[in-house]
Amino acid sequence: MRHRKYPFIFGFLVVPVVLYIALVIWPYLQTFGYSLTDWSGASPEMNFIGLDNYTKLFKDSVFLGALQHNLLLLIVLPLATILLALFFAFMLNVGGRSGTGGVQGVRGSAFYKVVFFFPQVLSVAILSVLFQGVYRTDEGGLLNGVLSKIGIVDPAHPWQWLADPDFGLWCIMGVLIWSGVGFYLVLFSAAMQSIPKDIYEAALLDGAKRGTTFFKITLPLLWETIQTAWVYLAIAAMDAFALVSTMTPGAYYGGGPDHHSEIMATLLMRNFITFGKAGYACAMGVVIFFITMVLSVVSLRVTRREKIEF
Amino acid sequence: MGSATEYNRRDLFKRAAAITVLAAGSSSLLAACAGGTGSSDNKSSSPAVGGDSKNPFGVKASDPLDVVIFKGGYGDDYAKAFEDMYKKTYSGANISHLGTQEISGKLQPRFNAGNPPDVIDNSGAQQMKLDVLAGAGQLADLTALLDAPYLDDPSKKIRDVLLPGTIEQGTIGDKMYSLNYVYTVYGLWYSAKLFKDKGWTAPKTWDEFITLCGTIKAAGVAPFAHQGKYPYYANYVILDLIGKQGGAELIKKINACEAAAWDDPAVLAGVSAFYKIMENDYLLPGTNGMTHTESQTAWCQGKAAFIPSGSWLENEMLASTPADFDMAFLPIPSLPGDKLPATAVRAGAGEPFIVPTKAKNKNGGLEFLRMMLTKEGSGKFAAAANSLTVLKGGIGADVQLKPGTKSSATAVDAAGTGTFNFTYPDLQTPFDTELQNATNELVNKRITPKEWVARGKAATAKKV
Repeated sequence: MRHRKYPFIFGFLVVPVVLYIALVIWPYLQTFGYSLTDWSGASPEMNFIGLDNYTKLFKDSVFLGALQHNLLLLIVLPLATILLALFFAFMLNVGGRSGTGGVQGVRGSAFYKVVFFFPQVLSVAILSVLFQGVYRTDEGGLLNGVLSKIGIVDPAHPWQWLADPDFGLWCIMGVLIWSGVGFYLVLFSAAMQSIPKDIYEAALLDGAKRGTTFFKITLPLLWETIQTAWVYLAIAAMDAFALVSTMTPGAYYGGGPDHHSEIMATLLMRNFITFGKAGYACAMGVVIFFITMVLSVVSLRVTRREKIEF
Repeated sequence: MGSATEYNRRDLFKRAAAITVLAAGSSSLLAACAGGTGSSDNKSSSPAVGGDSKNPFGVKASDPLDVVIFKGGYGDDYAKAFEDMYKKTYSGANISHLGTQEISGKLQPRFNAGNPPDVIDNSGAQQMKLDVLAGAGQLADLTALLDAPYLDDPSKKIRDVLLPGTIEQGTIGDKMYSLNYVYTVYGLWYSAKLFKDKGWTAPKTWDEFITLCGTIKAAGVAPFAHQGKYPYYANYVILDLIGKQGGAELIKKINACEAAAWDDPAVLAGVSAFYKIMENDYLLPGTNGMTHTESQTAWCQGKAAFIPSGSWLENEMLASTPADFDMAFLPIPSLPGDKLPATAVRAGAGEPFIVPTKAKNKNGGLEFLRMMLTKEGSGKFAAAANSLTVLKGGIGADVQLKPGTKSSATAVDAAGTGTFNFTYPDLQTPFDTELQNATNELVNKRITPKEWVARGKAATAKKV
């Protein structure tokens, strides 16, 4: 039988692999090539300049600031999203009143699941428009309107939200978390439902409280799913382009005020499209690629644990 | 028995998933870098000037024409009218028309592949930067167009019938690369009706302006709104104050990104005058973070008295403007010791039309531009887009203008030869971006006028 296996596997793989090489690997390689040139992005002509773009890149204070902002996103976004999603998933699946025999979620959990998932079906464009209304800087904004009605905000000097240098990036994070929690909630819910009920019942019989069941049973059995969620979220944190470029102030792809919410992706686009420094922008793309890849590999390695079969 | 079950299936899936996620996540960034691999041959035939006065560029009637128009505030109906005019003369031409807002997205790949369209209205937020295109040798020199005969009166050349400043606006180095077709006037705008009702009179000097702002605020209206999310609108006011104070020489130096220009006392005087709006708290609450739509709508609703903008404002806000609003234009008020007269106004050609060097029907593109510069074309544009064009006396008595456009046209007449313009927003993009960031800090009172000047001076290092 053995000799028949390889043609079989090959037959299945040849088309996807060719497509993958042509549409993913080859553009990647091209980008590496362009990053070594002074390509303007507006003409096919370019000169080879070696690693100049990279040396310039690591002296560019705006790029280093953007890198820091991405790293901040990278820490806060997965942590906040996963914690919130885990908490909600636990409450919806096994967090209901104990002692009633059997394990269940809080009352109305099916309804909550739909409500929490709802932000996930909104496209990024809608999110952006929606939250620009929420964060509007005069009293027409949802937050400023409410806060000035209850007297926290002075209507003559409303809060700046996205246009505030210390606050803008956090406003973006709020949107990312708001829109992301629902998906991970459903992901974790599905994983929780595959955990046999009798494990929980045994724990209940032993007198375990909600917290104990969560940390001793749910979390270890969910570990693989959390790991996947972490990788997804880390990649989302390295991107975040659409929201930052449309919602924050600043000429050409946002990132303002004065680079305070600048991320690598917006800086890349501005250099590529607006400033005609496509080679330089490609160098940024390569840096982003390596950071993302290293992070994914590291997080998959570091969080690897003994698998529990059930 | 070897089989696929030798592998841990779950691990396999997990790895596959991780790779897919990696690929999907980063490709959106990296795919943007895929440049063209098209041919880079330069086989553009130079137009034969001075051949036939009817057809100076030697257009072949059968050649197709590829037109791409920025479909923004002016729409693209006017361009369809131009295309009909072109077809009347070159009946065999198959014209392809694309009206879009995504100029960069649609055209960057075509420029890179060496098959750009024949004529482009390269405008809007996603325009391809002219400094970049010209630097890459992608733009046709329009000198041939300037020397071609004017269609309405072949005894004149095109260069003789353009409003002053048009050629300069499209010139990079010593060649003209873009025809800026729309004549735009910049300054402050207000509702003449609101002013009449409240008994306010439009100020002539900046001191009067600041005093009036006090009166307006006392009446419960915010004196000044601006499009804070896009700080270049506030820059119209600051740079106009500076330009009028410092005169034509200073404007030239600022446009050329000369660091020394920023040491001129006129710069600090101008920005300090502007800063009085912030010092006295005359801003519309929240305006520093508002988009152009939000702030201009608030202004149309009478929440603010003045707003800076170009003369596209009236057409842009047509739907939100009350019928009796009576939009009016005010040149930036003057400072004591101004080198330019009080009537001087920033005005000039905008909406750059370009013809790519590598266009297949480059001659047709030039001819298209020549047809735009006729009384017929200019009138059609004014009717469809409520704006003036760069053609001298281009609008006949039969075209009805709206109050704002009429008011700005009056201001241009009053200014006479005293119009000026800044070219740096089009031609020095990195410098302009930096200056916008500085202005955003200034309107939020996070930096002082002195620091703003220092940042402007530092930004000149980004000269293209």
